Amino acid sequence: MTDTTDLQTPAQVPEAPTDPLDALGASIVARLGDAAMGHAVTHGELAIEVDIRRIVEVVGFLRADSACPFSCLIDITAVDWPGRAKRFDMVYHFLSMYTNRRIRVKAQVSEEEMVPSIIPVFPGANWFEREVFDMYGLVFSGHPDLRRLLTDYGFRGHPLRKDFPLTGFNEVRYDEVQKRVVYEPVKLAQEWRQFDFLSPWEGGAFALPGDEKAGASNPQKGKATTPNTNR
Amino acid sequence: MAVKDDTKKPGLILPTEEEMQRAGSLVQGGPQTGGLEVQGVQTGLYTAGADREVTVREMNKDLQDKGFLVTSTADIINWARTGSLHWMTFGLACCAVEMMHTSMPRYDLERFGTAPRASPRQSDLIIVAGTLTNKMAPAFRKIYDQMPEPRYVISMGSCANGGGYYHFGYSVVRGCDRIVPVDVYVPGCPPTAEALLYGILALQRKIRRTGTIVR
Repeated sequence: MTDTTDLQTPAQVPEAPTDPLDALGASIVARLGDAAMGHAVTHGELAIEVDIRRIVEVVGFLRADSACPFSCLIDITAVDWPGRAKRFDMVYHFLSMYTNRRIRVKAQVSEEEMVPSIIPVFPGANWFEREVFDMYGLVFSGHPDLRRLLTDYGFRGHPLRKDFPLTGFNEVRYDEVQKRVVYEPVKLAQEWRQFDFLSPWEGGAFALPGDEKAGASNPQKGKATTPNTNR
Repeated sequence: MAVKDDTKKPGLILPTEEEMQRAGSLVQGGPQTGGLEVQGVQTGLYTAGADREVTVREMNKDLQDKGFLVTSTADIINWARTGSLHWMTFGLACCAVEMMHTSMPRYDLERFGTAPRASPRQSDLIIVAGTLTNKMAPAFRKIYDQMPEPRYVISMGSCANGGGYYHFGYSVVRGCDRIVPVDVYVPGCPPTAEALLYGILALQRKIRRTGTIVR
């Protein structure tokens, strides 16, 4: 179906959006004014990029607008990009029960910035925002009860940040003397190892199947991709 | 108390060869022909293990005849312990679903005299079914401490055995034996219902082998 529409569309006017999702995105961005930076349709999914300081206004518009009505909050999460100046992406997912469409709203946030809570628009955002606070350390302004949601009592750090170590800092065991569960710094009995499906022993400079011939002309290629964690 | 050999100890009463033949004649209903050649009853070395039918028949006969049974305390205690393993439902993750399957009609765990209990104070056995997290560990120990002696622990699945998939994670206990002593480890991710059943039978065997009053 998409093929036929592509054929009918003249190649000279690429601006005219034939995809209804694309058209919806364009109209939303146009009506939001400078609160929205742009939109994109990838893999058949609509995403818009907005200004985080005006997120409550944007979400309120998406919920109320008769062309959209994105009445259902699906998910709130974040993405950590350590190399970027504005380190985090806030990501909101919505579903329109009226038109059976979905939208993704993205906004860049720096580490120091506060994110306005969207609880006034969607009360269901409460625990989602607590989860984001727990996992990424983003602080929400106007949240009534911003506590950690998932991690242990007294947990320190934010696990889904890229700079959080995989094994964490503390581990527990039962202490027979103190008769209670005690926390101790992590002490691993076995180092973390990279396993793959080709060899049960790590560290071998082996080529991927089919790469033998390529390796003859460029011997470094096979080695570079081989995980070698032991040395 | 000495550890008894399992193969020679079929439940409560070990029938002698003569008793086996008498029981055989009961089954057959026919007259005895010389005592040794009863049809359908093995008269040679006793190798088939416990014959529950014969044991129960003998027991009933004794009861009707004398009104009492003679057995050892160890045997009766083992019988009681293995035959009423009330287990604490401690489902933490997907393993819990397989644990439910075990008590569903196909494998029907309750035919072994077990029963799921919602309170640790009524339980003999706790099946750790799933990922034990750091946050759960103190609660788990508290529940274990509330169970009356003798108490048993079955660690079900990779996560409970040693952290499994989450071994290097920041929030998972690397094996529930860091928190409580474990009697039986059931491997698998998740173990099948059959595997858990086998683990429970293995625990029963362990109880029988270590069957003393003082644990």
